[in-house]
Amino acid sequence: MFQPSSNAFSEKSTEAIADPQLQEALSVLRVQSIPNRSKAAANLPEFESLRDRARDLKNHILGHLDQYLLQFEAQVQASGGEVHWCADAETARQTVLKLCREAEAKTVTKGKTMIGEEIGINDFLAENGIEPVETDLGEYIIQLRHETPSHIIGPALHVTKRQVEETFRKSHSDLPASRSLEEPSALMAEARAKLRDRYFEADVGITGANFLIAETGSTVIVTNEGNGDLTQTLPKMHIVLASIEKVVPTLEDAMTLLRVLPRSATGQELSVYVTFSTGPRRQTDPDGPKAFHVVLLDNGRSAYLGGPMQEMLRCIRCGACMDHCPVYHSVGGHAYGWVYPGPIGSILTPALVGVANAEPLPNASTLCGRCESVCPVRIPIPKLLRHWREEEFARAITPAVQRSGLRFWAWFAKRPALYRFAARWAARVLHWKAGGRGRFKSLPLAGGWTRHRDLPVPQGKTFHDQWRARKASR
Amino acid sequence: MASIPPQRRVALFVTCLVDLFRPSVGFAAVKLLEQAGYVVDVPEAQTCCGQPAYNSGDRADSIDIARNTIAAFEPYEYIVAPSGSCSGMLRCHYPELLADDPEWAPRAQAFAARCYELTQFLVEVAGFDAIEVSLKARCTYHDSCSSLREMNVKAQPRRLLGKVKSLELTELGDAEACCGFGGTFCVKFPDISNNMVERKTADIVATGADHLLAGDLGCLMNIAGKLQRQGSSIKVRHVAEVLAGMTEEPAIGEAE
Repeated sequence: MFQPSSNAFSEKSTEAIADPQLQEALSVLRVQSIPNRSKAAANLPEFESLRDRARDLKNHILGHLDQYLLQFEAQVQASGGEVHWCADAETARQTVLKLCREAEAKTVTKGKTMIGEEIGINDFLAENGIEPVETDLGEYIIQLRHETPSHIIGPALHVTKRQVEETFRKSHSDLPASRSLEEPSALMAEARAKLRDRYFEADVGITGANFLIAETGSTVIVTNEGNGDLTQTLPKMHIVLASIEKVVPTLEDAMTLLRVLPRSATGQELSVYVTFSTGPRRQTDPDGPKAFHVVLLDNGRSAYLGGPMQEMLRCIRCGACMDHCPVYHSVGGHAYGWVYPGPIGSILTPALVGVANAEPLPNASTLCGRCESVCPVRIPIPKLLRHWREEEFARAITPAVQRSGLRFWAWFAKRPALYRFAARWAARVLHWKAGGRGRFKSLPLAGGWTRHRDLPVPQGKTFHDQWRARKASR
Repeated sequence: MASIPPQRRVALFVTCLVDLFRPSVGFAAVKLLEQAGYVVDVPEAQTCCGQPAYNSGDRADSIDIARNTIAAFEPYEYIVAPSGSCSGMLRCHYPELLADDPEWAPRAQAFAARCYELTQFLVEVAGFDAIEVSLKARCTYHDSCSSLREMNVKAQPRRLLGKVKSLELTELGDAEACCGFGGTFCVKFPDISNNMVERKTADIVATGADHLLAGDLGCLMNIAGKLQRQGSSIKVRHVAEVLAGMTEEPAIGEAE
């Protein structure tokens, strides 16, 4: 698990805004992601009611999580697989390592998994002499670049096509320098050719899971490249990394969520591949792994069940909240400093790494609510961000200057007569100081505002003073 | 005054920004409400809706402010604010703040149900659209996030602006995007806020409009301040000023 650097959010966001390549890469969200999701939602008349159903389903599951996880485990065992319950990231890492050693693994192929990021599995395997090979195109690109994902479904969202070309030319130095990599399809073909051999070399395939189905013991992944299928079918062992809230009771329930997930994520009616895995290869199966393991991670989630933050666990990781977030549009994913960026990350990160280790994140939002308006499971993101703000304020994690400034202001706001008096003088002094100008270019104590924009000058007398005068004259 | 039936009486929640920076917006609201046939009162005991405290995690102070505000406005049938943000606080968040208080929870609920954003009140409650003013201008409209997503205000200001003679309205691209104001956000994260308002002003300039209108003074001050820093001549006004025909007042940030 990489250490959170979320407390450096402000510095990192300033750097991100000054990075023209990042800004170019992020523009795809406003140009493509938002219109695509909007079209997909509009094309399905029952989309809004499906969001209600998805929310209700996830609420039901979270109320009966123990029951469905035990049912899932029993079904995995019945199909010849094994479930490993891991309370924290370290246990999960050790479990994966033990399994890889059982398989005498030298190479591990990987489909996209955010739980893999959460437990830092790549670095850990590499430290233990096992080479992890990412097979999702975006993950492959950032692995070559030694970066972490900046978006939960588009890990290389922060990289421009030109940068991908540079990375491939540098990393694939055995290929002719004269080859053309202008077209995205050429980049795709090159990655595919490079990865093809790696699939066959791999001893273990690790994937994530979008859903775990309790009634069948199946795990489900949603992909567009088919890499997940090769990753889990060719090696002798398939390890699924999943967190506990991914379980759903039935196949039917998985279908309900599948109707909102791709539409919210990419604007697709359905992703190109939806792959169901149930246990290891059976005698009649033409292919498949000999061993099937599910590493089930809690990592602090269960502590939030039944409490005010439980709603965050409804998340099905579609990424729509970050696609629609104006702050994410400005700074991208890395500024958030841990695994999950954007609005949902600003809720999950404090929950999983501690509020004090992610102080800026819940505050780095205008609470504009666009995330909530597109969330397929209707997570009330602004409400949950406010919950963390309240905890920060109550525990004095909020910076002292902000706390005392706020208390000072609130002292006046609770005393109308004094407030009136203070407002009267503020309006007069600012109006007088402006000397007939309409706006300030700079103003002491207002640097946060005037660094980037002018400040309109108060008209002079407050509304309340003018109103009192008007009433008196009538 | 006592003979006026309560259903013809409206209490104006002025908002702290209008009180301090731009009282003309408050008087425009009063004028419109009076034109719609209401008597307007301005309860003395009001200050701010408490959002700076609420959105900064200071729950105790927010609750105190909410109780003061409810007590000040409780006698009125209708409470109207020339702001989606402040009316959203009164309507959506006061009941949440006081939900666990057996005495105040029902009072907050009853109060919240009577709170309206100005254009919403004019269209939905007053059924008023006798706007008889003109403004030769090419306008675009910024929906504040709270108007749009908390108060469901989108059609109402457009319907009223449609009555203003000679006014042409062009819609913004990515109209549902936040302008980057966000209350204390804009000074806590100035660079991000700036990046957001730069996207907004680019979208505004792209419409070719000569006026930018909105229903929230926070957004308006942010957008006006940025446009003016960029050297733009686009005029920025609260929608109430245009609807009330009070455009002789200098636009936001302009000298007298």
